[in-house]
This record gives sequence, structure tokens and C-alpha cells, in this order.
Amino acid sequence: MTFNPHAATRRELLLASGALFAWAYLPKLARAEGRDPRLLVIVLRGALDGLAAVAPVGDPDWVALRGDKALTLDGKPPALPLDAFFALNPAMPNLYRLYKSGAAAIVHAAATPYRERSHFDGQDVLESGLAKPGAADSGWLNRALTSLQPGGRAGGSRDAFAIGPIAPLVVRGPAPVLSWTPRRLPAASDDTVIRLIELYRHTDPVLARALEERMGLATIARAGGMDGEQPRPAGAGQVRAYFAESAGTAAKFLARVDGPRIGALAFDGWDTHAAEGTTNGRLAMLLGALDGAIAAVEAEMRDAWRDTVVAIITEFGRTARINGTDGTDHGTATVALLAGGALKGGRVIADWPGLKPARLHDGRDLKPTTDLRAVLKGLLKDHLRVEPTVLATKVFPDSGAVKPMAGLLQQA
Amino acid sequence: MALDAKAQAALALHRFGVGPRAGSIAAMASDPRGALLAELDRPEAGRISDADLLTSGVAARAAFAFQEARRAARQAERAAQPATAPGSGAAEMKDQTPPASAPRPDPGPSLPQQIYLAEVKARIHAALAAEIGFVERLVWFWSNHFCVSADKGNVRPICGAYEREVIRANVLGRFGDMLLAAESHPAMLIYLDNARSIGPDSLAGLRQKRGLNENLAREILELHTLGVRTVYTQDDVTRFANVITGWTVVPLRQDPVRGGEFEFNPRMHQPGAQTVIGKSYPDGGLEQGRAVLAALARHPATAKHAATKLARHFVADEPPPALVDRLAKRFLATQGDLKEMAKALVAAPESWETPRAKLKRPGEWVVAALRAVGVTPAEIGPVMQAHNLLGEPLWRPSAPKGFADESAPWLDGLAQRLDIANQFARRLGADADPREVFDEALAPLASAETRQAVTRAESRPQALALLFMAPEFQRR
Repeated sequence: MTFNPHAATRRELLLASGALFAWAYLPKLARAEGRDPRLLVIVLRGALDGLAAVAPVGDPDWVALRGDKALTLDGKPPALPLDAFFALNPAMPNLYRLYKSGAAAIVHAAATPYRERSHFDGQDVLESGLAKPGAADSGWLNRALTSLQPGGRAGGSRDAFAIGPIAPLVVRGPAPVLSWTPRRLPAASDDTVIRLIELYRHTDPVLARALEERMGLATIARAGGMDGEQPRPAGAGQVRAYFAESAGTAAKFLARVDGPRIGALAFDGWDTHAAEGTTNGRLAMLLGALDGAIAAVEAEMRDAWRDTVVAIITEFGRTARINGTDGTDHGTATVALLAGGALKGGRVIADWPGLKPARLHDGRDLKPTTDLRAVLKGLLKDHLRVEPTVLATKVFPDSGAVKPMAGLLQQA
Repeated sequence: MALDAKAQAALALHRFGVGPRAGSIAAMASDPRGALLAELDRPEAGRISDADLLTSGVAARAAFAFQEARRAARQAERAAQPATAPGSGAAEMKDQTPPASAPRPDPGPSLPQQIYLAEVKARIHAALAAEIGFVERLVWFWSNHFCVSADKGNVRPICGAYEREVIRANVLGRFGDMLLAAESHPAMLIYLDNARSIGPDSLAGLRQKRGLNENLAREILELHTLGVRTVYTQDDVTRFANVITGWTVVPLRQDPVRGGEFEFNPRMHQPGAQTVIGKSYPDGGLEQGRAVLAALARHPATAKHAATKLARHFVADEPPPALVDRLAKRFLATQGDLKEMAKALVAAPESWETPRAKLKRPGEWVVAALRAVGVTPAEIGPVMQAHNLLGEPLWRPSAPKGFADESAPWLDGLAQRLDIANQFARRLGADADPREVFDEALAPLASAETRQAVTRAESRPQALALLFMAPEFQRR
């Protein structure tokens, strides 16, 4: 049975953005074991502040780094305790519930091999699976799937299934991709608007006034000038809806008996340089929307949830300390969030480097102690049965020294 | 304000062309002025050679045939429905079974719309394919100067052909030839109602009591040639309107072979000599109108008007008087040679020294964005939608004056531009590296703040959106 993209209704495609692979690329070995695994990769663009998503509340140096912006167990609202050392941002109750029932795990102090701090290059490394940015034209997820079908694809007609051009790099490559273009894309994010207004204010006051008036943002306080107040960002409802519908729609297709099994999405907005809003502002809103997306995947997967892994990754983390505008700047190590019934969860996996100044990377960032590729390899190996040598040479080239992380999945 | 070579090339591409694409700044940098002039000298400059595009006559007849066929089909459908007895009450209606008819499949765009879309696509593609696009910009300028509107039903299928047959054919030729071609084209005659203007003392006028329509005559004097409130009076308008009675279109219904084409109908023409702007024109049928147009094309007021508009469009909302002067003199000295006028524009120091304060019009900005990322969209729909949302629907100006050349009216659409920039960046920017796009399209002119905003964006789509919205990309 072939997957027919025309069976998708317009409404289902309405707010979805992402890419799913054609049915032909099924993990054969896994199927032979009687499993029907699904993998959904969610890329968070902008560098998620891992320390604000999952706080090391047990670390004696934690509170000093972030002051009253530090997530703590007795904060307002209080962080959700994961174990003796870590606590989850209270904006993510669904992830917490899944964690408690063993269907979610967190990897902390993880990073790709990339050590600069450019978003584009960092995202390239994150998604290409290469160790350096540069000539990336395919993603590790696509190459992983190509390897599951060594003979190459059966017929050329699959290419016709691609509907839209938006496909995160992680899924692009030789394996044909079924991708969605939203009918109506969401409006430019508040973050984009603010950046643009700032640019105009410095270089073209006429355009600044024109934009401010039209967007009704004449009273937006300049960065750093807010009077301690964290207003709820405009458009929060739209962000929540967009995240949930995108993820939910992807899940609908992954859940189908005759549907694809592997997919990827990208969510923007995580570059919280100013007024980060860990518990009551922008980051909390985004994490809440992400939490809603996870819940939507769980709901739409139904029975297939037990065969599912959702891997949420980001290009790098943020500075350990808060900056002068109540935000954080680009950093290094961060979290990877895993959710899904196929996981052996309920734990935070971290080789914790500590937060003393001498232990910070470049004196400013959380030090990475786990190579993110080890996590991804572990998932690909044990969930989809991609061969380790293929993982070390084709999927993540030149990564022989990085061992696939064991024990992430139940059935492994 | 001296700019270095690359900056000059970038300025040329933004101000005179359709926007830089990869490699175009470097290609021009050694001699930006020379490169612009070279484009003017290229054979077939400004032409679109696409065998699938129809002449205006063929398009008009095809559209008419389509509409007639549709009308006949509808009538046949209505005739096939069961008739209700007069005076039936509601109860009787309920008992009627609806006629069995197969569900009508969506026929897609009508033929006139298809023709229109094909022409839009050809125009956009020509702009995307151009090296610099100076000639394309000149086509757009003159097309807006001699504008027609596709909002008028019969004009829609022929407005693209109009641009090709009238504007592109004469964009580097003589103003007088373009003027004559425009005012005798069916699109213009229909748009400004001259096709049904009848001289009161003509054969048709004496019989029908239908009369003169001054619309086209007025707009020729006010908008196309002399300019508003210059040397003409209301009486001149009326007399000129009489001169061009009989300039009409072969009725489609009556002539399936030549329907939709220009014809001079002597039975509609007002007999007698007419005095227009102080000169008397003997009645010579079609020649009378041609002679008036030729005189208008030579008039100094026309030279000044055209020069002012050209300078305003390309250089500044308030064009430097020295520039206008220079262009007008050239126009007169060369009997309205539009190529020479374009050369004079390139040669003028004001064209280069004036600060980039004008805002790109929506169409200019959309094309520039597509060129910057090197994308030719497969579907023309989103491009048209962007034009519509920003208030510059293709070939559909709201008035014969055409779309505004001043920047102020377009500022209103800035927020919409942001949303469109966001969408374009997401839909089309998948393969584009914003830093490369920045280098190839903007770097020589960009401020440090713009560079920073683009390179520090949190994602590629955001970087591209900010690039498209940067002041240096919005202005020219």
C-alpha cells in the first residue's frame, strides 16, 4: 500500500510544517522484530537555554549564576523535581507526566562538536551530522534512512510526492521526502518584529515609525528598559496553536497503518537574548507550546505511541549567567529532550561538569560532557536498527570515536 | 558622496535595475555606467519572445468565444430545468424533485484569466532573467505612464499583450511612436471609453443621440503628454475628443476574424477641422488624430512632464531640477528618443549622487527578493498575491494616473511587507545562505547594523526576512 498524500485534507495541512519520509524507507529489521517504530525529530532553532528548561537545582553554584532568575524548587511557580539534582521548568507538565511514567528522558550537558556560536553554522552541524559547518547538503536523518534501503529507491515517481519546499536540512538528501507547506504561514514572530524595529531605530527612523505604528508597538520598551514586568508576549495563542497543529499533524501521518514512519519539524523562537522569561515570559510560553506539541503527538499517535520516539534537539545552549538585559547569550552545552512510549525513560542522563567558574566552558557556558551524536546514534541504532558502522561513516561521518549511547530504548 | 566601485554597482542594480543576484555586483563593478548603457544597446532589449503568448487581437477573440460558449452552456442548463407553474405555493415547491445533474467539476481559471496569468508569468520571468534589468524597469515605468486596467472586463485578456505591443516594442524608440501605439490600442480605447465615443455630428451621432466621451482625450493631455494644469483648456479637451472620435475597436460580436482590433470608423468621427492648443487641424479622418498626437509628442510641456516623471520614478520623489532640465532638453533635442533619454539619465551625476531615499515599489521589491535568493517560483500565484496585498496588483491601477511614484503611499504596506518577507523566507529560502545572499545583494551598501542583524538572526528564515526588510533593501 502506498501512502497517498492527496488523502490529506486541506485543514490537516493548514498549519503543519514539516517533512515525513516516504513509506518505502521502512526500518526492515525493526519490522522483522515485530515492532513498528516511529521517529519524530523536532529541531528548536535559536539555541534553547537548557539550564532554564531543566535546572540543576542540586548544584551549589546554580543560584549564584542566575540570581532571582534561577529556576528552583521553591520558586514562584516551583520547578518540578525530576530527581535529586534536576528539576523541570513548570511550563512543561505533560513532559513531566511522561517522565514520571518512564516515557520521557532528558540528556543534559550535551552538545554537537561545534564550538563557535553562530546560529546558522550551529544548525548546519546539528542537522547535517558533520563535525564542521560548510558544505552540508543533506541531513543525518535522511542518510540514516537511505542506509536502511541499500539498493536505493525502487521507482522515481516518489519524488512527485514532495508538496512544498520547506524541509529542515536534517531530512534533506537522497531519500525522497514528503513535505508539507502550510497553506497559511504564521505571521512574523514577535522576536523578528522586535529585531527589525531595533534595526530601523538605529538606521532608518522613518521606517521605524511606519512599522511601529502599523504594528501598534509604539509602547514597546527598549531592550533592558522594562520595569521588572514580564508581559505575556502577544501572539502566544498563535504560537501554541502552531506548535500543536504542526506536531499533531505529523503524528497523524506517522500513526497511519500505511503512513510514513520518520519525520522532522522545526520550531523557531528560542534565541532569548533579552527578557528571557524563564517562568513567566517568553521562554515559559515557548516551553509551554512545546509541551503542548509533545502532548499532541502522544494523542495523535494513539496505540502507536508505544513505538514512538520524539527527539527534541537544538544547535547549542546559552550562557550560564544572566546578561545585562535579563536574558542569556549564545552558549555551548544544553539539553536534548526525549519523549515516547518506546523509551526507557524516567531519568536525566548527564555527566555533570559542575558550575564553578573554573568548570564553565570559556568561563561562561555549561561545559559539554556528552556528544549529542552519541544520543542520536543510540536512538538510530536501537530504535531503527541502523548499523553502527554505517552510523560512524555515512550518517555521522568520521564519528568512529563516538559510541552510540546504550539503554535509551526499552526493547534494546 | 563618492561610493566605491562595488557600491556604485550595487546602487545601479537597486536603483536602475531589478535588484542584484549572485555575481551581478561583481560583474558590473568595473564600469557600472557602461554596463547600464550596454544593456540599452542589446538587440531585442526589453522584448519578450514567447511563442505561447497571444497578440491582443487573438486574445480578445479567444476570450470572447470562451464567454459566448459559457453563456450558451448556462442558457442550455436553465432550459433543461423543469418549469414551475406560476403562482405555486411553498408546498408545491417542496414536492419538486431537483433536476438530476452531475456535480460540476471545478473548471479552474477561465480562459481570460488564464491568458492574464500567462502574461504575468512571462513578465515576472523576464525580470528574473534579466542581467541588470534597466530596460525592464523602463518598460515598467512607461507601462505605468500609459497604464490601462485589467479590472475592466474586456481589458483583462489583452493587457499583457498591450504592454508587449505598445511599451516593449517602443521602450527604446520614439515617444511619439509609443504614444500613437498606446492611444490606438484596443486596450486603451476600451479602458478610457473612446471605443464608444461618437462625434455629435457624425453619421452615427446624428442617428443615435449618443455622444462624445472625453475621457481618453483628457487623460492624453493631462497624464500622457502635456501634464495637468499646463497649456490646455477644457475646450481643448473637448475639441481633441472630437478629433479622436472614430478611433474604435472592431466589435467582437460582429466580426469573428478582425473583432477586437483597432479600426477607424468614419461614421463615428466628428466632421470638421478642430483647433487644439492653438493649432488648427483639418479634418483628415484618422490623420487628424495622428497629427495632433505628433504635435503633442513634440511639445516642450510634454518633454518636461516626461522628464519629471522619469526622474521622480528613478531618482527622487522631488527630482533635482537640474536633472529634469537635462532630461527634458535631451527629449526635445532628439525628438523624443527614449533610448537617448535613458542614456542621459545614466550619465547624469544626480542619478548617482542622490541619497537612496525612495522606497521600492511593491513589485520592484518582490522581484528583488526573488533575485536575491536566486529563485524562480514555479507557481506565479504567491507572487501575484504579494502584489495584491501590497497594493500594486499587476496591470490593475485604481486610476488612469497609474501607481504612485512617490514613496509615502507605499509606507503603509510596510507591516505587510514584513509578513510577506517572512513567508518568502520560509517558502523559498530553504537553500539560501543568508550570509551569501547578504554579500551578493547588499553588502557594499549595508550598514554595520544591518550586517549584524542578518548574521545574528536565530535562524536562516529569520535572517532572510530581516535582509528583505533592511532599509538598504527597501530603499533605492
